[in-house]
Amino acid sequence: MQKRSIFGGRLLPYALLAPQLAVTLVFFYWPASQAVWQSFLLEDAFGLGSDFVWFENYQALLSQPDYYQSAVVTLLFSLAVALLSLGVALLLASQADKSLRGATTYRTLLIWPYAVAPAVAGVLWIFIFQPSLGIIGQALRRNGVDWNPLLNAHHAMLLIVLAASWKQISYNFLFFLAGLQSIPKSVIEAAAIDGARPARRFWTIVFPLLSPTIFFLIVVNIVYVFFETLGIIDTMTGGGPGKATQTLVYKAFADGRLGGDLGGSAAQSVILMIIVIALTAVQFRYVERRVTY
Amino acid sequence: MKKTTAFAALAFGLASTSAFAQTELQWWHAMTGANNDVVNRLADEFNKTQNEYKVVPTFKGFYADTLNAGIAAFRAGNAPHILQVFEVGTATMMGARGAVKPVYQMMQESGEKLDPKAYLPTITGYYSTAKGEMLSFPFNSSSMVMWANRDELKKAGVADTPKTWPELFDAAKKLQAAGHQSCGFSSAWTTWAMIEQFSAWHNVPLASKANGLEGFDTELKFNSPLHVKHLETLVNLQKDKTFDYAGRDSKNEARFTSGECAIFFNSSGFYGNVKANAKFDWTAAPMPYYPDVKDAPQNSIIGGASLWVMGGKKADEYKGVAKFFAFLSDTDRQVRLHQESGYLPITKAAYEKTRASGFYEKNPVLEVPLKELTNKEPTENSRGLRLGNMVQMRDVWSEEIEAALAGQKTAKAALDAAVERGNQMLRQFERTVRTQ
Repeated sequence: MQKRSIFGGRLLPYALLAPQLAVTLVFFYWPASQAVWQSFLLEDAFGLGSDFVWFENYQALLSQPDYYQSAVVTLLFSLAVALLSLGVALLLASQADKSLRGATTYRTLLIWPYAVAPAVAGVLWIFIFQPSLGIIGQALRRNGVDWNPLLNAHHAMLLIVLAASWKQISYNFLFFLAGLQSIPKSVIEAAAIDGARPARRFWTIVFPLLSPTIFFLIVVNIVYVFFETLGIIDTMTGGGPGKATQTLVYKAFADGRLGGDLGGSAAQSVILMIIVIALTAVQFRYVERRVTY
Repeated sequence: MKKTTAFAALAFGLASTSAFAQTELQWWHAMTGANNDVVNRLADEFNKTQNEYKVVPTFKGFYADTLNAGIAAFRAGNAPHILQVFEVGTATMMGARGAVKPVYQMMQESGEKLDPKAYLPTITGYYSTAKGEMLSFPFNSSSMVMWANRDELKKAGVADTPKTWPELFDAAKKLQAAGHQSCGFSSAWTTWAMIEQFSAWHNVPLASKANGLEGFDTELKFNSPLHVKHLETLVNLQKDKTFDYAGRDSKNEARFTSGECAIFFNSSGFYGNVKANAKFDWTAAPMPYYPDVKDAPQNSIIGGASLWVMGGKKADEYKGVAKFFAFLSDTDRQVRLHQESGYLPITKAAYEKTRASGFYEKNPVLEVPLKELTNKEPTENSRGLRLGNMVQMRDVWSEEIEAALAGQKTAKAALDAAVERGNQMLRQFERTVRTQ
């Protein structure tokens, strides 16, 4: 009531909202609705002709064993990346939170990889791990490991997990550090006086108090793995060997862009969109509950 | 500061007045490095020969990016006049009947001379209808050759570059014994080498309907006993790295120039790179064949790209494009282009002239792909390929080959699956073409 009286009319609030609404409409709702519409069409790449085929694209998609395989790959990939990048980031953050000499320098350096574009990160890692020319690749081979990401599915998966996690650690690190710094020092000091060792202090006090941050980061990391790792996969493995590293979003890219199957690709995008909406909804509910409890 | 602005404004004013009188012809291409210079120089030379038209080349990224940029621009209603499309995008362009202007038609309407017989048939065949009408204009063509490190071959006691597959396997084993444990031989563009070129070179069909040249209702055929035998052999050799897989594209071609792999299959367009980076005595030789196959070796097929003319432009603009293509076909220009860039000459006259000048005696490597292409009169199996969704289909074939090489499937099962999945994609393409 009070807010309304401040504006005194309807025009001004709408006018003030308009730019933001326009951006959302143009850059989100419009392309999203286009994707939904496209997913019901059968069309050639040039858009010279199109048929409305109802749910045929979805039917074709869901009858492909490849699609489910990609879903499994995506699940494994996101779990591995989330665990690795969260674990390492938490370790680094808890260490950087201590009073060290030059702590700011460490922190700044740790944030740098986030500025590297995914495709560039992919190229860097593939150079290092190239079996016959890369430094680590050569070292592995010299030490009797038959390192071959071109044919060995596990090696290829390991490679993209490493590259994708490396990039995400910085982001997680920032949030963990902020989370750690917001935990009252008095609580930790009280525990220390009571004789709790650092490890115990961490697991009984710090970790529970960090849990909202952890949950938030899990959701953000999964969304990251779902969408932003496209560049890494494209430059490192191209989905191979076989389909071992083909995630859902890479498949949508490959079918639409390389295969010119816009309808099928749009159907995949719509399904991905639904997954992300669901994830975000879960996150909001959870975070809201944490805030009100 | 002010002076510079004024000067820039003046320069801009001059540029726009001169452009006003001319018709601009947009040319989108995918050439990088030295080849980019070639494109710019050609446009420049053409612009100097006349003042009615101005060809404006623009780099649009790699082949797939350029094709996608062209498609997106067409959908938005501002396609370029000339679009460079790689050979595997040919079916996509042909399928888009309303989006392209067939080159033979454009030349006819503009009154420019175009004699299909003047061009090398293995090159133009790829880009022509079954009746021999040229749909696009071949620009940079290459073929697959076998690159060999002669220093290492000598060390391993191999006197000649291998001519047949059995000789090659033998040489690879000797190379391994002489220290190349991680790689007896290898290949870039694995599907292009081991399926596409392999089929043409042995005169066996890759797909029905003359490999798709005679209709989009083509079906893949490369799970024949010969193909299976070849892949089985490669799978066995992969176990001890007598053959070592080097990926789907040419990202790992440095394995040859670094000296790791002494025998390496790659495009003849690898020439410039080898010349610049290989610190050993190298050469290129024709692809090997199985001597027990009756017609082998037949002839190889081309790779590279051609220039497509986009539809919906004004007659006057087509006249300019036609003039530009006539300019490109000029014998002396083709000769120079071929000798400087390593691209294949597209006309018979340019090939003859280069040969007569004794150029190949000094540069035998550049004649190898030409000898392969013209080895015999092309048959149904070796004229070229025209398969829809080819870009993605190569990935599907690669996936299956990788599964076989990794030991997850037998060679037969992998090729059967590649054929079956490829056929599904061909049917999907056929459906979208029919919606037009």
